[in-house]
Amino acid sequence: MCATCGCGTGTVHFERPDVSQLHLANQRQPVHEHFPKQKTIVEVERDILEKNNRLAERLKGFFEARNMFVLNLVSAPGSGKTTLLEKTLQALNGTVACAVIEGDQQTTNDADRIKKTNTPVVQINTGKGCHLDAEMIYNSLKILEPVNNSILFIENVGNLVCPAMFDLGENKRVIVISVTEGDDKPAKYPDMFQSADLCIINKTDLLPYVNFDMESCKVYARKVNPAIKFIELSATTGTGLTDWLTWLRSPANYHTTIQDNNTYLANRSSGNTVNMVTDNMHAIL
Amino acid sequence: MHELSIVMNIVEIANDEVLKHHAQKVEMIDLEIGELSGIDFDAFDFAWSAVVHATILQHAERKMHRVEGKSICGTCGHHFRLFQLYEPCPLCGEVFNDIISGQELKVKQMILS
Repeated sequence: MCATCGCGTGTVHFERPDVSQLHLANQRQPVHEHFPKQKTIVEVERDILEKNNRLAERLKGFFEARNMFVLNLVSAPGSGKTTLLEKTLQALNGTVACAVIEGDQQTTNDADRIKKTNTPVVQINTGKGCHLDAEMIYNSLKILEPVNNSILFIENVGNLVCPAMFDLGENKRVIVISVTEGDDKPAKYPDMFQSADLCIINKTDLLPYVNFDMESCKVYARKVNPAIKFIELSATTGTGLTDWLTWLRSPANYHTTIQDNNTYLANRSSGNTVNMVTDNMHAIL
Repeated sequence: MHELSIVMNIVEIANDEVLKHHAQKVEMIDLEIGELSGIDFDAFDFAWSAVVHATILQHAERKMHRVEGKSICGTCGHHFRLFQLYEPCPLCGEVFNDIISGQELKVKQMILS
């Protein structure tokens, strides 16, 4: 019996012994068509960002296995991410291995600036894209080949809206705003502030010249994200940079601990149980 | 315009399901999008019309469930409707809220033929 409409097709047979079965088979083509075609209702229940999120999870595993500390730096264009990175890399000056992934729509200007600090760097040009996604990071890592126990800085495309939705597998998301941007930025772009761990307020050297209320900025940000932390600094003059470096070196930020390779190998070969926290502090400081 | 990549992801999911079920056509696609998911609905419509052209979703009917933002206050336990991420609890004024709905971004159902 036909499973669709219940008619008897397939149960009644007509045969003529004197005609070949092949010919008969041709005559027994479907007698009727069911309504348009069979429709299937599929309960999909799939997250639209699942591809990105799954890849981000894989990247997290890669980073963890390599004992890397990965930061996703997000901001509006021109808030000073690249300058901050330059100063940070100069200050770290080889005490811990670093690598940088730069994201911009066009040009390799930022990567060229980072390259001058002798740090391995890959530039991603997104073309018309407004954010970095996990697949771009995946592809960059193959070129960058970051070493074990290193810090990877990912400088996202300057944009406070779109990058918020895309997990890059980072350990911490750092949002950079500058005092020239207005203190209500957190209220205007809540998605980004909600997903950030740390907010750097940059260009504090310009505070005397602009109408920026530090406290009200923090109040706005805490409304969106009560757990967010703040560091005020000026990348240009270097004021407050030590707070940022201390945060970077803080063991609480690491899923494991970053040690330099020699300490790591020495500990491993000697089989010593070491105090990871002290060891980590020692290695980086 | 991250809505563009969102729509491209939806097309990819649709292609995937069509292949999986040996179907030819998508008749209907039902999406679930939260009001707090970071999607601008106008930008989404614009991106949809730009992207689905010449894809498997070109002639598909699009349904959209907009999910309201709802939150539970972490301090007093009050359930309330959340229109913006930074809204405090209307009863006690605290900002420590637990968002329970409104951040969905999902392909819920498809009718294939």
